[in-house]
Amino acid sequence: MRLVPTAEQDRFAAVLHDLLSAADVPAVAERWAQGDAAPGRAVWSRLADAGVAGLAVPERWGGTDAGAADLVIAAEELGHHAVPGPVAETLAAVPALLLALGDDRLCDKWLPELAAGRVVAALAAPPWLPYATDAHAADLVLLAGDDAVRLARTGAAHASMDYTRRLFEVSPGGVLATGPDAAAAVARALDLGVLAAAAQLLGAGCALLEAAVAHARTRVQFGRPIGRFQAVQHKLAEVAVALEFARPLLHAAAVTVGSADTAARDVSAAKVACGSAAHQAARAALQVHGAIGYTREHGLGRWLTKVRVLTLTWGTAAQHRARVMAELTR
Amino acid sequence: MNLDLDAAACAFRDEVRDWLAANVPAGRLPSVDTPQGDAAHRAWERRLADAGLAVVSWPLEYGGRAVPPLHALLFEEEYHAAGAPARIGQNGLFLLAPTLLRHGTPAQRDRILPPMVRADEVWAQAWSEPEAGSDLAAIRSRGRRTDGGWLLSGQKTWSSRAAVADRAFGLFRTDPQASRHRGLTCVMFDLRAPGVTVRPIRQLDGDPGFAEIFLDDVFVPDSDVIGEPGDGWRVAMSTAGHERGQTLRSPGRFLAAAERLVALWRSGDGRDAATRNRVVDAWIGAQAYRMHTFAALDAPAGPFAASATKLFWSELDVALHETALDVLGARAETDAAWTDGYLFALAGPIYAGTNEVHRGIVAERMLGLPREVAR
Ligand SMILES: Cc1cc2nc3c(=O)[nH]c(=O)nc-3n(C[C@H](O)[C@H](O)[C@H](O)COP(=O)(O)OP(=O)(O)OC[C@H]3O[C@@H](n4cnc5c(N)ncnc54)[C@H](O)[C@@H]3O)c2cc1C
Repeated sequence: MRLVPTAEQDRFAAVLHDLLSAADVPAVAERWAQGDAAPGRAVWSRLADAGVAGLAVPERWGGTDAGAADLVIAAEELGHHAVPGPVAETLAAVPALLLALGDDRLCDKWLPELAAGRVVAALAAPPWLPYATDAHAADLVLLAGDDAVRLARTGAAHASMDYTRRLFEVSPGGVLATGPDAAAAVARALDLGVLAAAAQLLGAGCALLEAAVAHARTRVQFGRPIGRFQAVQHKLAEVAVALEFARPLLHAAAVTVGSADTAARDVSAAKVACGSAAHQAARAALQVHGAIGYTREHGLGRWLTKVRVLTLTWGTAAQHRARVMAELTR
Repeated sequence: MNLDLDAAACAFRDEVRDWLAANVPAGRLPSVDTPQGDAAHRAWERRLADAGLAVVSWPLEYGGRAVPPLHALLFEEEYHAAGAPARIGQNGLFLLAPTLLRHGTPAQRDRILPPMVRADEVWAQAWSEPEAGSDLAAIRSRGRRTDGGWLLSGQKTWSSRAAVADRAFGLFRTDPQASRHRGLTCVMFDLRAPGVTVRPIRQLDGDPGFAEIFLDDVFVPDSDVIGEPGDGWRVAMSTAGHERGQTLRSPGRFLAAAERLVALWRSGDGRDAATRNRVVDAWIGAQAYRMHTFAALDAPAGPFAASATKLFWSELDVALHETALDVLGARAETDAAWTDGYLFALAGPIYAGTNEVHRGIVAERMLGLPREVAR
């Protein structure tokens, strides 16, 4: 079992990092927030060219069937850049769901489009995902429940505290699958989505720490950089430790997610750890930035609010902790 | 956890598991810091050594098995899961020995390691002084040149196990003219040599876990100097890396404690979600520490990662035990296993460099923030 990225995975992450650095994600996110999905879709299709969109899609349907280890590498990078849109859905949960339903007609229709980056997918799966995120910009919207997987009809839209997100109420549409097999498929797909969300959280947490460190080195108060004050140093050191020890749980869960009987436990542990480390990073980063971090212009808020909504969705910390205990005492 | 263990690893793990099942003493040994406990723990160490299980990662010539790091981790997991006794020789086995393997002479290794492995010689670490705790480079105990060796004088304190140990290794100022970090020398000495006085100090748990050591012109031969005279700081920092890293605090210990905590929760009748969440967080923390250690087998951590590791395990240990006490509620007061563990855990954020000092190291050396104080 390998818990650290291979050299090839490091290169993949570097390619994505360069691609996203060049893509001016802050401007793309601003347009996305205003309802203009075109620049975001363009970035998504470039990511697809780099192999991101097909990671969870078998080769037969145009993907690379790369496995969860690569998926978390990509999702972490997207989190690092706070890429807007239904990332964990399109990247992980929806392809996994379509695949797990085992219906070739559905796979033939959607998987090649997803892998090519031409289709963005949204998903509602109460109670973890009560709304479909950014369904207005999605080509495929699904509603997954314990008893069935359906196409979703979208209803009223709600604003999110992450101003780049819009949340849609959904009602049941045409049935795609029902029965115990469908329920098992949903469970598996959600685990993969949770894993991708955890990876986004870790990436966002790292970005927040980097921003805080950079600011602490240069912002001068009382005649010295604020990063020399022990209160600031210790806060950031604690964030670094929390992120450092969340990562191996993420990679361990990527190893077990598809197969081992500890998958649910490991995925939940990773979500709790990555979520709380990212939350700690968000609090520290805002505090270290002071008022400037509280402004919309500065842009720190894109990470702050994304971290918060990602810790609340794909299962809250309380839900995942309950699941870990249930698995441990089974 | 479902690790992909190859056949050799599985065979080794099973051998260790079977041996421990057949040999771990029933019931807890008396505290290592009492005379009966001292004898019982030394006897246990000899038994381990006879089975070739005292120091599995060491080279064959010193009683080890030269097993790869993964096997050493598996050994630790089995050891703690079996509830085997604390290692009385730990200061020697996990601090002095790696230092000698790196900085010592072959003659020192041949002379010192075999009796250490059999606990015929138990070692204490004599670094701290009354005026030199976190600021270790402020030590004042001196070594003066004499014919064929050195004369040591001064006072050491908080020296774990020194009340029962045979020998100690410590830092002494051998060149008062040199700057703080230069002019220090790492020296081994006999705790029963003429001129040495050991005064046991009772710890929070009532046992004389550590001691003060007074030295009055204690002679040590040149052959007991580790590394070059004047190079003691560098030698000590390599020892500190082992102390802060995982050798002393193997994930197996926290994993075993976390499993016991989950079992405790399960058997209890308290069912409030807040406490349950803390139990889960402690278990997740132990699992994170374990996975972090396994990950380090594939990609060795950077030089200051030991500080991050020390911060993590010491805080985890306190959280784990505090949670256990809260799960037990009023009954906890009489539960010796958990209360002893709790009192032991409380020292974790203080020894091996306080957590404040380690946060400073992480901030400045890992994150690159500007220096706050000279260390
Ligand atoms: C159970 C136990 C076993 C021990 N075993 C040994 C042993 O075997 N051998 C040995 O040599 N020593 C041993 N020690 C001693 C240990 O290494 C010291 O206690 C430790 O280095 C701290 O020193 P101090 O206790 O003098 O505290 P001080 O250095 O006086 O620190 C007191 C407080 O001030 C804080 N502080 C100090 N400097 C700074 C700074 N620069 N920034 C922020 N905060 C600061 C500390 O973090 C701490 O909270 C042991 C200690 C304990 C508790």
